[in-house]
Amino acid sequence: MATLLNMSGIDKAFAGVSALSGASLDIAPGEVHALIGQNGAGKSTLIKILTGVYRRDGGTVQFNGADSVISSPRGAQEAGIATIYQELNLVPLRSVTENVMMGYEPKRFGVLINWKEAHRRTREILTQFGIDIDVRAPLGSFSTAIQQLVAIARAVSLDARLVIMDEPTSSLDASEVSVLFGVVKSLRDAGVSVLYVSHFLDELFEICDRVTTMRDGRTVDCRDIAGTTKLDLIAGMLGRDPDDIEQAGMTEFGASSADVDKGAVLLKAEGVSTGPRLTGFDMVLHRGEIIGLGGLLGAGRTEAARAIFGVDRLVQGQIDVNGFGAAPDTPAAAISAGFGYLTEDRKAEGIIPDMSVRENLTLALLPKLTKNGQIDRAREREVVAHYIKALGIKTANMEQPIRELSGGNQQKVLLARWLAIDPDVLILDEPTRGVDVGAKREIQAIIRDSVAKGVGVLLISSEFEEIVEGADKIIVLNEGRIITELTNPGITEDTLVRALAQTEGQAA
Amino acid sequence: MLDTDAFDLRKYLSRNPQSVAVWVALAALILFGLLRYDNFGGAYNITSFLNYNSMFIVISVGMCFVIMTGGIDLSVGSVAAFTSVIAAYLSPYGIQIALPGAVLAGIGFGAINAFSIIAMRIPPFIATLATMLGAKGGALVISDAQTISVDWGSNFTKMGMEKALNILPWSIVVVAVVVVALWFVLEKTTLGRTVLAIGGGADASVLMGLKVNRATAFVYLLSGGCAGLAGVILASGFGAGQPLEGIGWELSAIASVVVGGTLLTGGLGSVTATVAGALLLGLVFNILNFENGRGTISFSAYWQMVIRGGFLFAVILFQARVMSGRTDRKVQT
Repeated sequence: MATLLNMSGIDKAFAGVSALSGASLDIAPGEVHALIGQNGAGKSTLIKILTGVYRRDGGTVQFNGADSVISSPRGAQEAGIATIYQELNLVPLRSVTENVMMGYEPKRFGVLINWKEAHRRTREILTQFGIDIDVRAPLGSFSTAIQQLVAIARAVSLDARLVIMDEPTSSLDASEVSVLFGVVKSLRDAGVSVLYVSHFLDELFEICDRVTTMRDGRTVDCRDIAGTTKLDLIAGMLGRDPDDIEQAGMTEFGASSADVDKGAVLLKAEGVSTGPRLTGFDMVLHRGEIIGLGGLLGAGRTEAARAIFGVDRLVQGQIDVNGFGAAPDTPAAAISAGFGYLTEDRKAEGIIPDMSVRENLTLALLPKLTKNGQIDRAREREVVAHYIKALGIKTANMEQPIRELSGGNQQKVLLARWLAIDPDVLILDEPTRGVDVGAKREIQAIIRDSVAKGVGVLLISSEFEEIVEGADKIIVLNEGRIITELTNPGITEDTLVRALAQTEGQAA
Repeated sequence: MLDTDAFDLRKYLSRNPQSVAVWVALAALILFGLLRYDNFGGAYNITSFLNYNSMFIVISVGMCFVIMTGGIDLSVGSVAAFTSVIAAYLSPYGIQIALPGAVLAGIGFGAINAFSIIAMRIPPFIATLATMLGAKGGALVISDAQTISVDWGSNFTKMGMEKALNILPWSIVVVAVVVVALWFVLEKTTLGRTVLAIGGGADASVLMGLKVNRATAFVYLLSGGCAGLAGVILASGFGAGQPLEGIGWELSAIASVVVGGTLLTGGLGSVTATVAGALLLGLVFNILNFENGRGTISFSAYWQMVIRGGFLFAVILFQARVMSGRTDRKVQT
């Protein structure tokens, strides 16, 4: 088979720590190639070497039949490699045309930008993808999906031979995903190769031809996706036997835990409303119980969490804590009442990127670590060392800035932040989003262990298997209202999906 | 009382790579001065240099706290001018009244900033710009645009002109105490950690239950108070309240903070490196004065500013090199 890209024996070390050793990647012209692996497996490093962000320590890269001389992202673009990043690197305030053409605008007399021609070409490219939008409107006025497609359009307009997509579907809804897949397929038909990086394994089967699996900086497998199962892929990423995984269940929660005695009531919400996005919310949470919140994006799940944590003001209703006392009206009060809130948006509402692992881990605990306004450093280090060990957080040392950790390890630090305050109630909003399979199971195990110790958990998750296997009870929301409640044992992904479909029916 | 591990220079620099440049530049400049000029290391030069620059140091350190929260305080120069007039008016009552009075006036301006920024939600740049204009106008109003002579009979001028225990000028001693106290606040207390957390992520800080509003108010009150102290030193050192002084001080303070490696976006910063930054900026003038004194080359005051600008640029370039060399050091993907 002809190859478009051949990377072999790639080595890369950062400050003496090996990130890649002998990694390889092989992509044929006109194929959609998946690259999978846990966070920290080396996927991003490999891609950054390919696109000239990092320099390799060893190995060879051949692109288009010649040794690659790419040494910068701009060079990669000129060689025909375009990267669509997870965080879009476009300019939302400028027009669609400007975003597609920036740096390569058609010129008149060699200096003036020929806007008419620029708009026309942009429209033409977008129409090929079946997108018909006003190209003069600012890019930011369109949905994330459209913005993503515009980024791809830009890549294609630059005559890319290889388009790299890093988690392209993480912020898209189902219909937007199918539009994206349509574009990917038309790229393939046009002979363009796509390197597809995703944590959503199901979608790989839909659009990919081959899949390369990485683990611990090495390439462990490259195979046709036809004839492969999801279980095989997970096993490959984890380096474990597929049968073992099947035995243990897809999550670490195992089967339902409804037979466990429910403890005392921790939290009681009655008729809570914070506005149109949450109305008449009722809930009773006991010690050692996991309540799942089901629903689609925007159903009111995060709003319920924010109401309980004192972020949003209650318009109506009341929340009783521990069977007595009024609801906390600020996050600070909620924390001193024994609540922890792992937020959905890790980057914006969770980590403080420049702070060290130590400082991030103890931010919520500071009041308890403080004597006369002064932080007890010795105890702080003790606490941090304990959690790094207990949760298996992979970090060079506790002073490493948290932004340098992988997503899964960042999430563990944030979990530790709340476990450290010894909480009664943990609100977990998408605790395993954007983390790899291995870390996902570890995080689930951490949650399970805290519940066994009597913590009450409110779990929000878009991963059906997580909420179905984990929750004792699922409260299904739609448009800010409770539609139905499901109780374990007896919940299956099927019943949950049916409950959600029912809410869709009601909404229509 | 203090951190248990002893001060380790290598550890400090590896944790604060953004501050390496300022220390290297400062050391180089001092070495250059010591080797080239006879009186550079003399007691007279050192004390007069520190005495003059103590105002800028204290303003820069206050500014450093504001910038660490991701804010900015443009009012410090005007506030210092205003409080120098207040200090001059209060000087007959002695330093024990004039100093707290002027500092309180500075804190008052800080309170206006804090109120606009926290309660009214006005962006810091605009809020403090308004205060800058207001304080400047206020200084001219209360002084009738004249320099206000201090009372030479009271102990007020001791602050800027006499030495504690015949060693260091009082102004330096006072500023040193402030700097040490603020270093302690930043490195050792919850308040300091909260200041950095706000700069790193204000939303996240609220959700972690940190007292964000209190810490934000603190930095603006602090910056105002520091400007007030600078006003006292100004009036005491020059024997007069100076309503027309302070122009551009806020920019010098910002420059000191930035040269010290504090991120303008907040979340990362150092008190000691800010002091080093302020010393560095002052030292460039000091060295140029010596150079003029040798008589071989003569730089006008205007050229001195150009040279200082160029030097600043070189240090920041060096700092950027040090930082970018480290971004490749990520351990994970």
